Amino acid sequence: MPSKGTNRVSRAQPKPHSDGPMKTRHHMVAPVLSALIPGSGQIYNRQWIKGLMMLLLSGFAISYFASTLRTAVWGMITLGDVPSRLEEVNGRSVNVPGDHSINLMIQSLIVLFLFVLYLIVYISVIKDAYRTGRKRDSGLPPATFRQTLTFIHDFKFAQAMLVLPGAGILFLTILPIVFMVLLAFTNYSSPHHIPPGNLVDWVGLDTFAQLFRLSSWSGTFLGVLGWTVLWAVVATATTFISGLAVALVLSQKEIRLKGIWRTLIIIPYAIPQMISLLAMKMMFNGKFGPINQYLSHFGLGQLPWLTDPFWAKFTVIIVNIWVGMPLSFLLISSVLSTISPDLYEAARVEGAGRWQQARIITFPFIMFAIAPILIIQLAGNFNNFNVIYLLTNGGPSNPEYQFAGHTDLLITWLYKLTLNNNIYNIASAIGIILFIIIAGFSIWNYRQTRSFKDEEMTQ
Amino acid sequence: MINRMSTKFRVIASYLFLAIVVCWSLYPAAWVVLSSFKPGKSLYSESFIPKSLTLDHYTELFQSGSLMFSTWYMNTFKVAIFSMLLSTFLVTITAYALSRFRFPGRKASLTLVLVLGMFPGFMSMVAVYILLMQLGLLDTHMALVIVYSFGSIIFNLFVAKGFFDTLPKGIEEAARIDGASNFRVFTSIMLPLSKPMLVFVALTTFTGAWVDFIFASLVLRSKEKWTVAVGLYDMVNSYQNAYFTLFAAGAVFIAIPITILFMYLQRYFVDGLTAGANKG
Repeated sequence: MPSKGTNRVSRAQPKPHSDGPMKTRHHMVAPVLSALIPGSGQIYNRQWIKGLMMLLLSGFAISYFASTLRTAVWGMITLGDVPSRLEEVNGRSVNVPGDHSINLMIQSLIVLFLFVLYLIVYISVIKDAYRTGRKRDSGLPPATFRQTLTFIHDFKFAQAMLVLPGAGILFLTILPIVFMVLLAFTNYSSPHHIPPGNLVDWVGLDTFAQLFRLSSWSGTFLGVLGWTVLWAVVATATTFISGLAVALVLSQKEIRLKGIWRTLIIIPYAIPQMISLLAMKMMFNGKFGPINQYLSHFGLGQLPWLTDPFWAKFTVIIVNIWVGMPLSFLLISSVLSTISPDLYEAARVEGAGRWQQARIITFPFIMFAIAPILIIQLAGNFNNFNVIYLLTNGGPSNPEYQFAGHTDLLITWLYKLTLNNNIYNIASAIGIILFIIIAGFSIWNYRQTRSFKDEEMTQ
Repeated sequence: MINRMSTKFRVIASYLFLAIVVCWSLYPAAWVVLSSFKPGKSLYSESFIPKSLTLDHYTELFQSGSLMFSTWYMNTFKVAIFSMLLSTFLVTITAYALSRFRFPGRKASLTLVLVLGMFPGFMSMVAVYILLMQLGLLDTHMALVIVYSFGSIIFNLFVAKGFFDTLPKGIEEAARIDGASNFRVFTSIMLPLSKPMLVFVALTTFTGAWVDFIFASLVLRSKEKWTVAVGLYDMVNSYQNAYFTLFAAGAVFIAIPITILFMYLQRYFVDGLTAGANKG
């Protein structure tokens, strides 16, 4: 019985036939057989179990695709021909179901994805038949089923582990994303193109043209984009600065009970955002909320915290400091603790004052370590759904905007467009733009740090 | 002398500053906790500390027929436990395969997961919704478990992979020389070593199920299937201040266990974030 080692070697470099002319032509026959009837090449190679499994799989696959592939291609191209409609049958109007463009599109996508997967299996079956044929040509026996399993366990362990997660990601993440990207090139939107009563059609780049050229949409887009950028920058900067201030104050050597202070300060971070933000929404309630109650108690007027465009923006930034400061504080503290006290000692000997020490040692250290995290946080704030959605839900509404309010970010606007207003094509176009912005940020960031380039094991 | 005075002043000012920060941090939480013990239902309260305290809202949460809080609680618990088990399993095998093995397509898979994480999640919700409808899984908890678990691969992969990257290669090699197979190395050597990472992934998914109100409210249509997050969100959104104290009680009930878990886990969160950004 050949050991696992030879199995591997013979796979990588088939033995040359220096000992005379090739007598058999298994490496030609087997792949051709498998190409005609997948699995038959394996049976020809005397790999009964593998061959039978492939035959069964292919039989199943071919009967499945025979009935679905045509519809899938047709569905993908046309997105359906006939909408549902009411027809008179014996004097009564009856709803006759037609083609549901969107369901058709998803079903077609599923079939096409499965088909590509099957093609990959098909090609590897042919390759496998070729390899085994080659091995038999050089006089070695074909691997038994047991040996194949051992081979997978020994050399394809990682790939075998990734099958289930990979399949899940393919259908639950990649397929939905492909679907949504495709929607940007259709007219799937309320009120005129919502199935089943209407059909959806491919419109090319019209959606993007609408978003950028039509003043009502482009005005909203630019307005919301401007506020999103402003929000991301201000939100990131304020949480960073406040976190830095608290961390610096706490890091002074004269401060006692550091652990207790630290625990108390990071409590907001530990409370689920969904709960703390809903509570904040109540706190800032204009009529009954405690904040306005205190203000009027002290004789100051009540403020429209969440209902006035300016104050709503102010409130979300303040609340975001409450939510985000603890994390910045934790991160900066952990950086501070890594700075060697010797550095400060040396600076003191040179006659540097407290401020100079901070400027020369502390800040460069923090910026060096925190910069990549700041970029991640900037990207995170760009898509900070929770704070905006739970606190103001994008409001107060802006009459000049299409379905957006004064505090809406691109991400909350996207959410409203899909789930409340059913304008899927525009939402999808916005999603694509958001992706490009975030991806640009992140790629730049990863280029800057070595962690992605060089991640060989430390030992 | 002047120096000592200024130091003293600085320390006092620092304590004052920290005290203000702590008040600011704790006020909203304290306000919700106190409100949950306050008699009456409304948001309006005459004083910060209520004049009398009551446990009525907590009992009402679990006894009221219209609220179904205990049903929601059990639903959430069920979803959270199953998502936790499935996601830990999936994240572990994915991260392990991508961290400890070298094979063609590995870099590409890592980049793919990174890119997938950058798409706004809502973009795919509609498609996932239709997909679940096709599979007949709408309004079931199984749908949530599946979506949370596979979704958590994308969120947790880099933290888990970063952890496996740090495990010394020597242990693995020693075991291989002793004849241990891939499977044995994974189950008897790597898994026991990765307990902290397993705990981290398990608890993030566990807590995720308690706080997700967006996807859950999309999938779970009937009230008796809801999770607590959906219920609480609905309570605030549809009644605002009419049921405020009840909301406060519910919020406390959910927040306390999760807050404790988070406090316990915060070290891992920070490590995960810094490891993802500037390891190397």
